[in-house]
Order: sequence, then C-alpha cells, then structure tokens
Amino acid sequence: MIVKQLSVFLENKEGRLCDAIETLSSNGINISALSLADSTEYGMLRMLVSDPESGVKVLKAAGIPAKLTDVICLKAAHKTGALSRILKAFMGKGIAIEYMYAFAAGENASVVMKTSDTEKAIEVIKESDIEAWEAETIYNINA
Amino acid sequence: MIWNETKECMSRDEIYTLQSARLAKMVDRVYHNVPFYRKKMQQMGIEPGDIRCVEDVNKLPFTTKDDLRENYPFGLVAVPQSEVTRVHASSGTTGKATVVAYTRKDIATWSECVARVLAMTGMTREDRIQISYGYGLFTGGLGVHYGAEHLGATVIPMSSGNTKKQITMMEDFGATVLACTPSYALHLAEAIEEAGMLDRIKLKTAILGAEPWTDNMRRELEKKLNINAFDIYGLSEVMGPGVAADCLEHKGLHVYEDYFLPEIINPETFQPVAPGEVGELVFTTLTKEALPLFRYRTKDLTSITYDKCNCGRTMARISKFKGRSDDMLIIRGVNVFPSQIEAALLEMGETSPHYMMVVDREDNLDTLEVLVEVDESYFSDEIRELENLSRRISKVLKEALGVAVKVKLVEPKTLERSEGKAKRVIDKRTLY
Ligand SMILES: [Zn+2]
Repeated sequence: MIVKQLSVFLENKEGRLCDAIETLSSNGINISALSLADSTEYGMLRMLVSDPESGVKVLKAAGIPAKLTDVICLKAAHKTGALSRILKAFMGKGIAIEYMYAFAAGENASVVMKTSDTEKAIEVIKESDIEAWEAETIYNINA
Repeated sequence: MIWNETKECMSRDEIYTLQSARLAKMVDRVYHNVPFYRKKMQQMGIEPGDIRCVEDVNKLPFTTKDDLRENYPFGLVAVPQSEVTRVHASSGTTGKATVVAYTRKDIATWSECVARVLAMTGMTREDRIQISYGYGLFTGGLGVHYGAEHLGATVIPMSSGNTKKQITMMEDFGATVLACTPSYALHLAEAIEEAGMLDRIKLKTAILGAEPWTDNMRRELEKKLNINAFDIYGLSEVMGPGVAADCLEHKGLHVYEDYFLPEIINPETFQPVAPGEVGELVFTTLTKEALPLFRYRTKDLTSITYDKCNCGRTMARISKFKGRSDDMLIIRGVNVFPSQIEAALLEMGETSPHYMMVVDREDNLDTLEVLVEVDESYFSDEIRELENLSRRISKVLKEALGVAVKVKLVEPKTLERSEGKAKRVIDKRTLY
C-alpha cells in the first residue's frame, strides 16, 4: 500500500522547475500526479511517477536533489463528503496528516497523503472501507 | 615517530638557551645587512647588543605584510643575490604580491621542518604521498615536496586541480598520504564517494593546511575517507607549510621553536598575552638567512601552551586558529570569523558544512545572510521541517557569532568548491 513519492528540493530560481520536469521527460519517466509547495526561498516538488527509483537517479545526476518519500494514495469518489469520510477515519488515531494533494484518476478522484506514521495509517485504512491504490497501479495510472 | 628527538624533545631550558643565542646572532646579522631594519632599530634607539635573550624580543620592531609589499621584491633580503636559491610569492588580493627568498640552507631547514611534520603523522619512507597543493610560486606544493623527499617517501607531485585525474592516480599509484587544502580534500572526498571508489584507494593520512578549518571538519573528513587528518600550518613570509603542525594527540600544533620564536600579542595594545589567552600570533625567525623577519604579524588569532605534550614533544603548541584578524568581519560592531560558521554547521550535522556569507547593509544596518546547502539525501520534503531547520541554524549561528543571521537553504553543490583557498564571504557593503 506504500507508494514511493518523488520529492525534489528546488531553489526559487528561474528555470529550476522546468529543469526537473524536463530531466524526467527526457528520460522517459511519466508523471502521474504532481504538487508544488513553496516558501519564499525554495519549493518542494512532489510527484508520483512511472519509475520513482530511476527518477531519483536521473535527477541527482542532473544536480537536482531528490529523494523518495513513503506516502499512501487513497480513492475518493466524486461525491460530496467523500474526502471528509477519509479524514474522519484518521481522527483520534494519533496520526497527523503532514500534507496532502489530490488528482484525478479515471472515474475517481485520488488523494496522496503523507502522514506522521505510515504503518499506523495503513492499519487504519485496512480496518475501514476506504480504498487505497496499489503502488504499481498508481505509478502508471495516467500513462 | 619523532624525526629529530634531540630537537623536538629538548627541555624548556635548552630551548630557551638555544633561542636566546640564535636570536642575538640573527639580530646582529640583520642589523648589518638589512637597511630597513637598521633604520627602524636606530629610530627606536636600540642596538644589536641590546638583544641578548628571548625576553628582549619585545624591544624589536614589528613587521607586517605591508612592509614586505613596500620592499618588493627583494628589499628585505639579507644575503647577496648569488646566495638566493629560490623565491616564492603569494598573490595579493590587493596590490602587489609579496615575494619571499630562500638560501640553500633555508630550503634544508624547511625540508627538515616538513619531514618532522610528516613523521609526526606516522608517515615513513614506505609511504606514498600525493601532493595536491599547487606547485609554483605558492609554497604549498614544493614545500611539502622537499620535506617528503627528505623523509624518503615516494612523492607523487600532482599539484592542484583536475579532480578526476587526482582520483585515478590515487588509485593507480596506491597513495597512502594526501597533502592539500582542507576544502580541496573535502571536494576530493565527495568525488571519491560519488565514484564509489572508497574501497579502491589506500589513503590512511591527510596533511592539510593553507586555509583555516575546524576540528569538526577534520572529523568529517576522517569519517568520509576513513583516514587520520592532520593540520599543517605555515605562511610563506615565515617559511611556508611546516612552521607548526599537530601530532597524533590533536591537541594543538607544535611550533618548531628552534627555528621560529612565537609570541602571542594583544592586536590592539601589542602587549603579550598570558599562555592560554587568545591573541595574534607573531613570529621572529631565528635561523633564516635570505629573509629573516622580526616579529612578523601573522594576523592569525590563537593561544599558546608550553606544557609538555603527551606525544613526548616539548615544543610549544598553538591552538587551532580562532580566525584571522584580516578575514575578520565587523558586523554591527561584532567581530565575526567565518570559521565559526563552519564549526557550528558541522556541530549540528544536519546540513553540509559548505556555506557562503553575504554581508550587506540595509537602512544603515548591517545584515548577514548565510547560504547553507541542504544535504542531498536527507532533506525533509516537508516545508515546515525545512523552515524549522533554517530557524535552528539561525539560532545556533546567532549564539555562535553574536549577531542575527538570516539563513537561506540552497541546493547541494551550488556553492563554490574552490581548488585552493575557499571563498566564503561576499561583502556587498560600501563603507567608504
Ligand atoms: Zn604532541
């Protein structure tokens, strides 16, 4: 259930985001989902890609700091209340959601979630009726 | 191993007697051969006969780098040109270079000092030393080269630069000792790590100098390369590398007091400070023929101890440098030394020790920004964590430096890695 997310540190300099994206595309790595968080000084690019391990390698080789982060990826129906149902499942379990972002995947919406305790989060999901994506499926879902 | 036990382990009394005799003889020779010093002594109303023992050294005038520049190129040389067998020069960032000269005997003394340093690190004639200091006018390359040959080791005279070739030669020739600047050693270590060649090189010792570095940086290098790293100190005006160096104890750098008389003075009052107190290091050369110097102000801040070292040597030890009085930046009236930043970053251990200081002035107030490289593999992908890291670094640096610091995290390997002296300060203030 663990999904390897590609996290990239970017200085707020012209062209750095483009450099990172181009490095992936020129190496045939496809991006399924993407979010960009930023502060005044730097940005953090988070992506689900078709081949996370190669993604780290090619980015590092291009001088762009990258690493893999464990996240989970959940299905949320295109219905009112679907997301709050997911969030409620985590409430009172001592799990903090560090960040999350959503993307469209086929008929469903999906949310990528980084929690303070991935293992515990997986337990919670197994006990609930929330559907999670398997890593191999999600890497290529939009390919 | 102790290269010259008779000298390096002589009693403090013997050192005193030897220094006093050599000082008196040197002053007499300089008075009669160097018009610059003779004039200064006459102005101060002193004669060679007034200098009879070590304590009398404080009657002598100081010498500064400006004095060497003003007497460019050979104005302070105390021997006929035919006696000079070599010159070196250091490039001045402003104005003229300073030129230094050596007789055959001066070169022999220098080689002796460097051989002592190398032996002190455990090096023997079985070792192969890769010398990656620049060769040429800079004293680093040739200085270590002659000392290593005097010791009888195999010398690999690589000079600086061309990192890839350096690593190839290091592997092919089986270098066991590396001599270069600490920042270049770190650069090499990173390159070796990246190439995955750590298990193919045979390095066990690094002898590093020519720029200030910290104990923490030494530990990091030792861990990265699985070696023992030593600090070699020297400046071309006094001789070159080998004036002092640290032993296996790593508790200060032994000064070769039979050749150089060290003093620690208060840089404002010029009065000597007590052993253990920090002040500016001043050297009087005791045997140099071509370019003898009275009380040369090194601008290096350190303290001295005369206690016998656990290694058995009796020669005084100077502590790792606290900074340089001319590298010193005055920010909001506070004395700031760049080496303090490196020490603080290494102590934290959460980022790389590479940094760049940017000093500016906004609304008549000095600002200090420090750029720090995030660690390539261990950065957090949470913005909040990165901001916490910036804040923690700011706090640690503020405590270390005494001034407020704005920290900016930058991508790894974006700050300049110099192959010589590292440039770590950009001062944008226009103060005049
Ligand atoms: Zn010692």
